[in-house]
Amino acid sequence: MKENSRVLSLYTLLVFIFLLGPLVIISVTSFEPGTVLKFPPEGFSLRWYKNIFEVSMFMETFKTSIIVSMLGNLLALLLGVPAAYALSRFKFRGRDTLNALFLSPVLIPGIVLGFTLLRYLIVVYGLPIYTGLLIGHTVIMLPFIIRVIASSLQNFDFAVEEAAQSLGASRLYTFFKVVLPNIRSGILAAILIAFLESFNNVDISVFMTGPGVSTLPIQMLTYVQNYFDPTIAAISVILMVLTAALMFIIERLMGFAYFTKR
Amino acid sequence: MALLSLENVAVAYDNHFILENFNLQLEKGQLLSLLGPSGCGKTTTLRLIAGFLNAEQGKFMFAGKDYTKVPVDKRNFGFVFQSYALFPHMTVYDNVAFGLRLRKLKEADVKKRVTRMLEIVSLEGFEKRLPGALSGGQRQRVAIARALVIEPDLLLFDEPLSNLDANLRVNMRVEIRRIQQELGITTVYVSHDQEECFSISDQVAVMNKGKIEQLDHPTAIFKYPASEYVARFIGFGNFISFEGRKDEGADIELSRGALQFRAAKRADGAGNQGLTGAIRPDDLQLYGSMPDLDVEGNTLTGTVQVSTYLGRSYQYQVQTELGVFTVNQEMNDPFRQGEEVTVYFPKEKLVLVP
Repeated sequence: MKENSRVLSLYTLLVFIFLLGPLVIISVTSFEPGTVLKFPPEGFSLRWYKNIFEVSMFMETFKTSIIVSMLGNLLALLLGVPAAYALSRFKFRGRDTLNALFLSPVLIPGIVLGFTLLRYLIVVYGLPIYTGLLIGHTVIMLPFIIRVIASSLQNFDFAVEEAAQSLGASRLYTFFKVVLPNIRSGILAAILIAFLESFNNVDISVFMTGPGVSTLPIQMLTYVQNYFDPTIAAISVILMVLTAALMFIIERLMGFAYFTKR
Repeated sequence: MALLSLENVAVAYDNHFILENFNLQLEKGQLLSLLGPSGCGKTTTLRLIAGFLNAEQGKFMFAGKDYTKVPVDKRNFGFVFQSYALFPHMTVYDNVAFGLRLRKLKEADVKKRVTRMLEIVSLEGFEKRLPGALSGGQRQRVAIARALVIEPDLLLFDEPLSNLDANLRVNMRVEIRRIQQELGITTVYVSHDQEECFSISDQVAVMNKGKIEQLDHPTAIFKYPASEYVARFIGFGNFISFEGRKDEGADIELSRGALQFRAAKRADGAGNQGLTGAIRPDDLQLYGSMPDLDVEGNTLTGTVQVSTYLGRSYQYQVQTELGVFTVNQEMNDPFRQGEEVTVYFPKEKLVLVP
């Protein structure tokens, strides 16, 4: 038994090294003072962190990413909250089909979805790039919003809603005063998860960006094709910290168990 | 005139009628129980009255007005749920105040009425607690207070005690009856527990497959079930199918082959209809084969097959020529398995059902 658990610990340690090693290396190399990515670094400097803020395209695409992710999030919420509510609350014909349809963007390979959106929104309907990008991100966020809020509603006893109505509350009043407050943490978690999904997205954005409009991940891709300095490593560290912080908040709100159970 | 009346109501779910041509009347101030097994339509009836369901056909009249199309939130009926359905994010006080605030009462009046109602359900001092910090019994009392504080025209209970443990259930049903009488509020109460229904109701409706089999006072139902279904449901464990019956003075004489039985006749005919004899295990009597048995007729001889100790009494399964009968009997010296016994059917307790 003892022997077994020692082997297991060692194995677990190796897996962690395999998973986290590259992240550690990236983080360390981001402090490289020289102009070329190197491991181990030859010193310690924040030069490339400063560079992020000096290269205007990073700041601009960061702004675009934030705006697209936030606006798309809002749109996805407006569509997703009622959808999740209806799917959880009512039994109707075609509910399972509708459920599958709402979740389909997760099932379709991103590259296919991205290409399809480009083909129709931009080429056929001639929408402005910015609008297309926003719609694309709304589409990829919607399944996450619906999924997380629906699972939050699963723990909600709808008799509570009926109780409010029997006391004289209208359906709308009940929804805002009774249902919403009880799934608040679910909604917040849905917002954060969808935000991460959108903010880090590459496969849709790569099709939906174009001249003058780009998101941060796409800008980073373009940058590494031309430059070999540690700027990208520095951005990566910042993004990792941001993501970890958001995940921490999500975990506090709902617990990870929320996403592993179906 | 009845305060509440359902007239030829039909409710369907998934193209299947749960209630059809359903009629029900209730007088003001009465507590009516709907009793039946799950799937008998009792909860559907209650939800229809509450307004959570719509009738396909028929009419729901309340206090002389047509309520068929009145939405839930305009009915002013209190509803107490099996799951309590308290607002989890609100304190006890806010839960109870919810309906009053919707009625735009002044906060001072809200406070007065909430406080008084929490007194009635003995929950003073719990105002600031959240439902999650209460026991099951306390939650149910908050639910009752919340439903009552709006001074509803009708109070509806959907199996309110089935999530509570046995002792608490008995206490709570006494509480419910007390509050209902104190406030004189007309009430419909749904349960599958006959003891619960019988102990608190003015009227009990025993339901089966979307129909009311019998509607009467609890004592009348308990003594004289109107059908074999009701008899079985309320614990008449023994049945005999007779082949003939004729009046014989104060009795009804029943025959099955060469066997003769007598059942007492009653002036109002209760428990005198039909050809099936029904009797409770508690009402049958067992005798050993003693020679001085001073009962005439109404007996069967048999053999004890199984003897089970129930605490206060023994339960016997007795094999006779008319099948197996279940008998509960208190005794110090119980019969043993295989023992020959005589089963006596007191004629006052033998009830006939169609």
